[in-house]
This record gives sequence, structure tokens and C-alpha cells, in this order.
Amino acid sequence: MAHGARRDSPELPDFSLLKRLARDQLIYLLEQQHEVDKLYKVEYKPIVSTSDQLCFLIRPRIQTVKWIYVANADKAAGRLRRYKIIFTPQKFYACEAVLEEQGIFGDVTTDEWSFYLLPLDDDIISLELPEFFRVNFLAGDQRWVRTAGSALHLLHSLYGPFSKVYGIGRCSKMAYESWREQVEEGEQTARHAEIGKVFLIDRDVDYVTPLCSQVVYEGLVDDIFRIKCGCVEFGPDVTSSDKSIKVMLNSQDRVFNEIRNEHFSNVFGFLSQKARNLQTAYDKRRGMDIKQMKTFVSEELKGLKQEHRLLSLHISASESIMKKKTKQDFQEFLKTEHSLLEGFEIRECISFIEEHINRQVSMIESLRLLCLLSITENGLLPKDYRSLKAQYLQSYGVDHLLTFTNLRQLGLLVEQQPGETLTVMESKVGKLVNDKTAGKLTDAFSSLAKKSNFRALSRRLNLVPKTDEEYDLRVPRDMAYIFSGAYVPLSCKLIEQVLERDGWTGLEEVTRLLNGHEFAVTADSRAKSDAQRIILVMFLGGCTFSEISALRFLGREKGTTWSELSSVLTCYQV
Amino acid sequence: MAFITANWNPLGEAFYRKTELYEMCWNLKDGLGDSLVAAAPYGGPIALLREPHRRSPSSRPQLEMYSASGVSVASFVWKSGPVVHLGWTVSDELLCVQEDGSVLIYDLFGSFKRHFNMGLEVVQSQVLEAKVFHSPYGTGIAIVTGSSRFTLATNIDDLKLRRLPEVPGLQGKPSSWVVLSQDRQTKVLLSIGPELFILDNTACTAVVPLGLSPQAGSIIQMCVSFSYKYLALFTDTGHLWTGSSHLQDKLSEVDTKKSTPPKQMVWCRRPRSQQPSVVLMWDRLLLVAGICQDTIQFPVEDQCVLVGELDGVRIISSTNQELLQEVPMVCQDIFKIASMAPGALLLEAHREYEKSSQKADEYLREIKEQSMLGEAVRQCVEAAGHEYDSNTQKSLLRAASFGKCFLTDFSPDLFVSTCRELRVLNAVRESDVGLPLTHTQFKQLTLQVLIDRLVYRQFYPLAIEICRYLKIPDFQGVSRVLKHWASCKVQQKDLSDDAIARAVCVKVGDSPGVSYSHIAAKAYDCGRTELAIKLLDFEARSGEQVPLLLKMKRSQLALSKAVESGDTDLVYTVVTYLKNEMNRGDFFMTLRNQPVALSLYRQFCKLQEQDTLKDLYNQDDDHQELANYYVTASYREKRLDSRLSVLQSAVDEYNKAKNEFSAKATEEEMRLLRFQRKLDDEKGAGLLGLSLQATMEALLASGLNKQAEQLYRDFRVPDKRYWWLKLKSLAEKEEWEELEKFSKSKKSPIGYLAFVEVCMKSNNKSEAKKYVSKVTPEQKVKAHLAISDLEGAAEAAIERKNESEMGAVLSRCSSSDRLLIDRLNRARTSLAKK
Repeated sequence: MAHGARRDSPELPDFSLLKRLARDQLIYLLEQQHEVDKLYKVEYKPIVSTSDQLCFLIRPRIQTVKWIYVANADKAAGRLRRYKIIFTPQKFYACEAVLEEQGIFGDVTTDEWSFYLLPLDDDIISLELPEFFRVNFLAGDQRWVRTAGSALHLLHSLYGPFSKVYGIGRCSKMAYESWREQVEEGEQTARHAEIGKVFLIDRDVDYVTPLCSQVVYEGLVDDIFRIKCGCVEFGPDVTSSDKSIKVMLNSQDRVFNEIRNEHFSNVFGFLSQKARNLQTAYDKRRGMDIKQMKTFVSEELKGLKQEHRLLSLHISASESIMKKKTKQDFQEFLKTEHSLLEGFEIRECISFIEEHINRQVSMIESLRLLCLLSITENGLLPKDYRSLKAQYLQSYGVDHLLTFTNLRQLGLLVEQQPGETLTVMESKVGKLVNDKTAGKLTDAFSSLAKKSNFRALSRRLNLVPKTDEEYDLRVPRDMAYIFSGAYVPLSCKLIEQVLERDGWTGLEEVTRLLNGHEFAVTADSRAKSDAQRIILVMFLGGCTFSEISALRFLGREKGTTWSELSSVLTCYQV
Repeated sequence: MAFITANWNPLGEAFYRKTELYEMCWNLKDGLGDSLVAAAPYGGPIALLREPHRRSPSSRPQLEMYSASGVSVASFVWKSGPVVHLGWTVSDELLCVQEDGSVLIYDLFGSFKRHFNMGLEVVQSQVLEAKVFHSPYGTGIAIVTGSSRFTLATNIDDLKLRRLPEVPGLQGKPSSWVVLSQDRQTKVLLSIGPELFILDNTACTAVVPLGLSPQAGSIIQMCVSFSYKYLALFTDTGHLWTGSSHLQDKLSEVDTKKSTPPKQMVWCRRPRSQQPSVVLMWDRLLLVAGICQDTIQFPVEDQCVLVGELDGVRIISSTNQELLQEVPMVCQDIFKIASMAPGALLLEAHREYEKSSQKADEYLREIKEQSMLGEAVRQCVEAAGHEYDSNTQKSLLRAASFGKCFLTDFSPDLFVSTCRELRVLNAVRESDVGLPLTHTQFKQLTLQVLIDRLVYRQFYPLAIEICRYLKIPDFQGVSRVLKHWASCKVQQKDLSDDAIARAVCVKVGDSPGVSYSHIAAKAYDCGRTELAIKLLDFEARSGEQVPLLLKMKRSQLALSKAVESGDTDLVYTVVTYLKNEMNRGDFFMTLRNQPVALSLYRQFCKLQEQDTLKDLYNQDDDHQELANYYVTASYREKRLDSRLSVLQSAVDEYNKAKNEFSAKATEEEMRLLRFQRKLDDEKGAGLLGLSLQATMEALLASGLNKQAEQLYRDFRVPDKRYWWLKLKSLAEKEEWEELEKFSKSKKSPIGYLAFVEVCMKSNNKSEAKKYVSKVTPEQKVKAHLAISDLEGAAEAAIERKNESEMGAVLSRCSSSDRLLIDRLNRARTSLAKK
């Protein structure tokens, strides 16, 4: 790490074990069917193959199942082929019911490939379920919660008992309960604990952080090029050739590893320093004798060459980022974001957003700003809400009416109820939480009733640092550096506070503002000291690279090691 | 202790003994004569069918079932057809083979379980003889029919009938036959006169037993040993041939000097037998013929039945039951008169010790001198296991325990486990339980099976006591027994639902491994739905409750339980079930009370059944969602008029939902669509489906300014937006004059900096300059910078006395602009001074 991690940080468990386990199982599944000759990526088109048996590896989504049988209407064509569908990580009854309804259940054999977790890096594991957020928080469908529980169970059985589990959010609680159930049902095996504490957090606890523009290198790369499964595809403008190439982004990439967590303004400095170092290393070969040269070629040259390649790639990626970001008045954009977070000059912000929409700068970023405005301001004034919405629809078409409905349902973009002040709303939320029966009924749509209390939270947790002093991004003081010193991500701050206090005591007011559902359970108190400092954070509904950077920073400060588990790693959009 | 050997009879080198097991509890008036008797091995139950051939309907035969000790378990009048053979399965079920080939299965308590048939052709030809046999595959049946054909079923639980090939020359039934199970094959060995045949799946082969003298005559009786390893043949000249069942080896040939066929012939061996023998029974005589050609004769007073066991033969008569077995080696060693075996000495030593005689020491010393004390203890423990009499057991065990005291490193495991097992065995041998198991049989049977058998016989308390006493893990022990008990309890018709539920709950509590849903399923099977529901309430895992609740048609309850379980698959199962079971209205109403299920179903409908989704919203009067649904649906409509009509429905619904904004937006969309259509028709502009902004952009780009204007007015597009649009479009087309005209048309709502910027984007500096002067003072510097007019920018910045702006200008200056830099720096310092 660039800042030199504290030496006493414990080592992370070896997560690549997960990959191996999953691979072995898949091979086993495929070998059961000896004739499988090719695996297909499922798309909505017929498969051209002379083979009599087709094998599909899919997520259990009704849509995908539909694709398979609509696109391959063999039966209608009078052709008999055997189908095998492998669902991962598990079957859903709904998918089988669809097959049954179509009357082809008999022609299809199904299997499960219990592949839950994909280790993306030494410290990142992902469930790779992009629909988790939408399905769970928008549609209120909890089908993936159990999967999250199973994933935890898998980690638990592989890496030993957790000593303590904290969490906040309804979904987290359900995932936790599902995990406990599975632990109780399964066999108990005493194992050496490799993970100390676990923190579960729902994405809807903190919407603000993913709505802010990322300015850490890894986050920017994701914003612009989209990192998928730890892999990014750099287009021709980066590779300066006519081909685009795929690059794995993880700690194996030595250049990337040093800059991934850096604020973007530092990245160029790092890269040029690195380039100079590289040059010196190359220069060493001058004045070498034959023998030295031989060892240089055999030992160092390959590494240097590879580093060279990576370096040039990241430099051109940075340039490309620069080009894209400066074009759209990125500074103005950030300024608006920061004002929104601080709650100053709201009118100016609104007109900036309006202009942003009018000029059709970016469909998604406009929405992002709108949501940020709504959340920080506890909803838009009816007048603003209408006019901004109308503007947006004019710019991007009336079909976005549905987008707005969805955002409203999530509580991301709402209208202030006339005559309702903050305090009234707060007490209403409080009542909702206390009233258990009412809570039960409305839980599924709790996000509807839920108002963000961002301002109050921000004050209480000191999320927005004072602006009067200059923030030196080169030497970060706190987690705020990931947002240019303007904002400490709420999710990470919560995690820090809870771990510091070893529970939620003292944070009652905060949890009340966050609509409750917090828990802290001591699962196993026998754990050893070193593993105690390895903390697993599970984001249900996804997390951003900025949050990961923030947690890594926290880890360096406290000498703990983090690993993140996320339903999917990306900034999401509805 | 001389009396122990009193019932020992020498046979060759070995001894045979006959021990009484029980005085039979039954009271048989007519003895065992003229009845079909079936007694299961391993101390199994006894079934008795009196006068099976009595066919007059006025006096039907009686079928009686007894425990091995003769305690009556069940008794009923046989109402079905004539029975040819009775036999017990390994799981203590009674098989009654009827003449017409149907086989009826009864449980231990005489209740009918099921029946099957040995083949259609049998109905015609009738069963002449049948045999029930046990093999590693379970219990099988073999029959021979009137047409001299054999049919086999190796496992009655997985019935596969095999009709064996014809036997050449066989008329009626063979003179004798047995079923052999060897080399994973089931065969029939049969004799016709002096000839012997092996009948397997494919063929009938004639065989000759090794060394059977040709004068021996026809084979009229045969039997195989318990393990199917040995075979005995009896001929009409009284010769008894014994050998391996492969017929490759001969053990011996004995001349019994009897010419009448024995009523029963059974092997009597034990594991590691020294002197196996065959027991033959005639009306008045029981003959034990050892392979050493030695015989023992016992007189028989009564009708008896022989039951072959793993380690002996049980002889059941109407008054008592005896076990005939070879005396185990170790018992011989200890109890044989004048035996000097270490065990015998130890027993003697202990006896002297109890008499407080110093001879005890002498005996001990003698054993110790040969350093055989360990062996002595082992012998005593082992012998105790083989003894049936508890006093003998005790004295042997005491001796062993006494000997153990003089040993330092003797593992007590064998001693302890033998004591425990003997205690259990003594308990189950009690007459009212009636399982006369020997230790050897018990070891073969395993404890698990013993407990199962006790459970079948409904000796629940005893079974639980045994489990606890032997410290079997709850999961395999007590819980299993409780599960059976509860399943049995719920069938008691005379108790109320509440009473049973309470009783079950009190006993079962939360023992691990007992599933309440399982018990409830049993209750439901017995038609006690209410009880089943009560029991289900105790089930902790809601997932387990759901399938049964559905089966019982308690769908509402099932749905809420499924939701509680958090398993969406389960919820979905119930939802699908409900969908098919209920009418639509009720179904929707049910879902309405379960938000989780509802949202799950909605998800499904969105992908699969769009129309249902509509109905769902309709039912709920959810106009907002309904309108959204129409909006989505409109995108699927290819034709414009249908799309418009769908959108109109959306507008109506939005109005009903009092969402004026959306209604208006949708109306505007419709207007826009019509407008686009019109223009497309007129000019072929290809606008349909674009957003308002995109439409205007396209119009401006293709020079249809008037139409764009019209949209601007009709849709009340904000000035700013329109200006931005027009500006961009003009600049892109590089119509600079138009642009200038446009800039002067009225005061720009978006300022003039934008003008400068669009010009510069097309690198038209001269045009850009025109607008710099119009820019507001705040943006002056930026505007100058945009056209790279550093001097102008500096001027403006200094004028405005704005430090940051000066900085911005400075950062753009290169080293050649020395003069400018100086000027700016001066202005800055003077500003700073103030």
C-alpha cells in the first residue's frame, strides 16, 4: 500500500479457495453429463449447434429461462434435443414453474451449481448479483436474501466461526437470520477462526455515498470504463491501437495497486514518479558486465517490461479520464455536489441541475444529482419537483415517468409533503419503528415511508468536515479524502463507530434516524486475537469502490484488515 | 456347579445343550397339530393358523399371533382364501401366501397393510408350496405352482417377479426343494427322486452332490443352513448327506436308519462351530446328527416346531420353548468337568474367596504363574455373554471382576459393555417382552434393530430406557423412539385432540430430530386434521409446516407460514398452489394481505402474465400502478393508434389516481406523438418516438425552424432550454449570421458566455469575439480566456479586483507574456495590501 500498512495488520484468509471449490463443483456437474460439448452464454437468440444436447449455465431468472425456451423452440420445429440447465447459485421454484407451464419441464434436466462467491481480489468477494438491489429494495422480493445467508454460511464453514456480528437494515437482519438457521441445521465443525467480526449493512441505509461522484482512481475507472468482475475493458482511445483490451484490476497489478486508493489529483504525480523509477531501473543495465546483464535479463527485465506496459496503460487511462471529466465542467459538478452535502446555496444547485438537464449533459448524472438533492434536503419542494421532473421528461422522453415512480418508491427522489416539517416526519418514523404490528405490515414498503434524515445524521456523525481549513489530499486525515475532503461516507463512518464502541450503544439517536433494524450479536467469544482484527463487511445491495478505498484507509489507520463482501460492486442506477 | 453340565450331551468332541427359554404363556387347546405355524428367527413372533384347509364358511380358521414367549398379540378370523404358507419378513410383518398366489401382508398387530400377487397364471394353476426366505436383499418369496413352475421374488418391498425356467420331467411339486442365495443370485435347488437340479434365472441344471452313494435312494428332504453355506439332504433310505451348498464338498454321510421322512430338518450351527449338526424331527423323536456321524436322540412328547437360528435351533412346543445349541468353546473350557482352563480356575478361585477360604489364593497363584489371568478374565466375561441363566452370568462376571483386581493394565471396556448388554438382553428376554435373543444374535442384529423391534412392538418405555442406559445419542436413540411413539399416539381414537397434542408436546418437548410436521402428517393421514394443525404449531421450522398445511387445504395459514420462513421458494410454491385452487378474486384478496407474497407474484406476472398484473392492480384500485402499467404497455404497441389508445387509458388512470402531473405529461406525450406522426407523414422526418428535446433538435437540424418554434410554444418549453438548443444547432450548422440575429432577437436567458463557447467549439474566433462584450461582468474573464484573449482577461480581472480570477489568468500565461504577468502580479499585491 502506498502509505505503508501497519506492519502488525493480520493476514487475510485465502479467499481463492472459494474459486477452486466452485470450479471443482462445476467440473463435476459437467462431467456427470459426458456428452456436454459446449457451454453457451445465454442470449436471446437460437443456438446453432448440431449437438443433441445443450447445456445452459444461468442465473435463476425467469427472463433467462424464457429466453432459452422461446429462442429454442425445438419442440415446435419437431426436433428433439436434450436440455440441461444448470442454475447458479440455486434453483428457484419460479423458474421450474415457468418450464412446467410451457410443458417442457420433462425435456429439461436441471441442476444447481452452488457458486455463491467470486473473490475479485485479496480483500474483495462478490456475489455478482446485480439485480439484488432492484429485486430486494424496489420490488420487495426477498428471494436473494437467503442466498446472501448461504454465502455467509459458506464463509463461516470455510473460515471458521465469527466472533461477533453487527448489522443494520432489514435485509441484513434477514440475511443474518437465514445464516443462523443454516448454521443450526448444518453440522457443527470446530475450526480455526480466520475472520473475526462481520458487519452487515443494507444499501438503503446509505444512499448518499453511492450518489456522489467518485474521485478515487479505482472509482473513476469504474465510472468511466465499468469494472466487471474485477476486469475492465480499455477501449482504443486508451490502448492507442485499434483494439480494446481486457485488463484484470487487482492487487496483482503492481501499478494499479499503488494508485487504486489515491485521490485522482495525486495519481499523475505517482505515475510520473513511477515512470522515473522505471527508467532508472532500465538504466541500470548500462555499464553492466555480461554476467550482471544475464541476471538482469533473467530476473528483472520481465517484471520491468510488464510494469512498463501496465504503467503506460494506466497513464493513458488517466488521460482519458481527464479528458472526459474536464469536458463537462467536472469541477462545477463537484462543487454542486459538495454544496448539496453541506446544504449551502441550494437554489444555485437547483439551477445548475436544471441547466444540466436542459443541456442534456448526461442522463444518469442528472438523475444522480436530483436524487442527492432530494435525499440531502429531505425531498424536493413540490414546485421544484414538478418543474425538474417536467424538464427531465422533455429532455429524455416521457418513459422516464416510470423511472421517477421507481425512484419515489425507493425514497431516492421524493416530493416534500406540504406542511410537513422535519420534526413531524421524524416522530412519524419513530412511531413506525416502535409500533411493531404496523411495522410488520408496512415493512415491505418501508422505503416508501422512510425519509432520509441526512442533515441530522451528518451533524451527529460529523460527516461533512469543516471547510475553512485546506484539505491536503496527499496526506489524508480521514476517510473524507475519497470525496476530496468534503464528505465522510456514511456507511463507512457507521462501521467505524460501531466497531469502536463494540456495539450500537451511544448511537441510539443515529439508528433511530436510520429507521432502526440494527443488531449486534456475539456469536462465538473464543476467537483468537489476531483473527479478531479481520473484519468482513457485507454490503447488501452493492457498494462503490470509494467505500472500499475508505475502508482500506480505515484499516491502515487502525491496523485492522478488512475484506468486503458485496452483492455486486458497482454504483447502481434504477 | 456340576449341575450346569447336567443338560450337556456329547456329540463328537463337542457338547450340545438344550436350555429352556420359556414356559409358553399361550393356552393351546389342540397343541400345534394341524396348523400352519410360522416363527421368525431372532426371537421373532409366532403366527398360527389353525386348520388352514377348513373351508366351510360357517367355521373359518383363526389366525393368531404371539410373541416368542407365547403372549397373544393379535387374533382374528381368517376371511380370505385358503392359505398355503405363512412367513415373517425381516421387519416383523406377516406374509400369508394364498392358494391363488396373492400374498397378504399384516403387521405385528394383525392389521392389514397391503397385498400383492405372485403372477396372473398362478390364479389358474394354484400355489402348491411356498417358501419365505431372507437374503441380503430383504425378504423373498418362492412358490411352486400346480403347473410345476417356480416363481421368485427376492424382495417383497421392491417386487420383481421372476418366473424360472421349466424343469424337465417335473410333474406336480418336486419331492423336496430349497431356496439358495449365493453369489448374489437366488436359485432353487430341487430334487425329483434321486436326481438333484439347480434352477436359476436361465436354466435348469442337473447336479450330483459329491460322494452321495448311488444306493442312497431318492432325496425326500433337504435344508440349508442359516447362512446358505451348508446343505443337508435326506433320502428315503435314511441317509443324511451333509456338505457345502455348492455341492463341491462333502462333510459327512450318516445313516439314521429311519425311512420315514422327518417332519422338519434344520441345521444347527454356531459361528466358529466345532461340530455342526443337523436336527431332524419325527413325531416322537428329535435327532441331532453331527457331522462326526455321532447322534444324540431326544424323545419328543408333543408336536413341535423347529426354528433355525444363527447359533442354534429353537424348539417350540405347545407347553414350552427350548434352545438347542452347541455349547460354546469358552463355556466348555470353563464348565467342563475337571477343566484346568484359566477361566475355570478363576471361577473356582472366586468361589473359594467368597467362602473366605485361602484356597482362593492358591488358585489365583496358579493362574498367575502361567500369566494367564488376563485370559481368565476374558474367558469369564465371554462365557457370561453366552449363558442364559442370570445367576450363572452373575457368578461369571463376579469372578471376572475379582480377577480384574489383580491386573494393572486390563482394559475394562469388554467387561463394561458385556455387563450393559447382558442387562439389556435379560430385560428383553423377560416373558412379557418375549425376545429370546442370545448374545451372538444380538451382536448380529445390532442394537439399532433391537430398538426398532421394541418400537414395533410398542414397548416404548423399555426402548427409551435402553437408549438412555446405553447412552445412545438422542438423535438415533430416544428421539427416534419418541417419533414412533408420537406417530402411534396420534392414532388413538379414544383421546381428544387437545389431550393428544398436550401429551405429545410434554413427552417430545424439543428433542432433537423429532419433527412435529412428521407427526402431524401421521395425524392427518388418520383423518385428524385439527390435531395435525395443533401439532404443527409446535414445529419450529415454518418451512416444514407448509407442505402439510397445503395438503390439508389450509392455504391461508400455509401462506403466512411460508412468508414467516423467509424462503421465497416456499412462498412461491404456496402462491402457485393458491392460484390453481382459488378463484381469482379470492386469490387476489389473499395476496393482498401478504405483501411479500404479493410482490413476489407481481415480479412473476411482470415477466410472464402481463394481463394478470393488470387485473391485480384493478382489484386493488391501484390507479397509479395501473397507469404505469399502461405506459409500459404502450411501448409494446407497434401501431400508433393502439399506442395512443393505451396511453389514453394511462391518462385516465392517472387522473383517477389524482396524479395530475403524470396525466399531463402523458397527454403531452400523446400530443407529441401525433405531431411527430404528422411531420413524419409530411416530410418523412423520422421523428416518431423521440423525446421532445430530441424532436426539436432534429427539426432545427433539418431546418424546420417553424415547426420547432411551434413545439416550443405548444409545449411551453422553457426559454433557456430552447435557447440552448437553438444555439447549439446554429453553431453546428455554422450559420453565424442566423446566430447573430438570434442573439439579438431578445436578451439571452442563458447569458452570452454560452455563445462564445459554441463559437469557439467550431474554432470561429472572430464570431466569438462578437459576443464577448455582451457577457455579464462576472463571466467576462472566462469569456476572454475562452477566446484566448489574455490581455482582455487580465484587464477584466483587474477591473473586477478579483484575486482568484487573476490567478486563473496567470495560470494560462506562458513565459512570453512577461509584461502581462508583471501587471497582474502588481495588481494582486496592491489588492492584498488593501
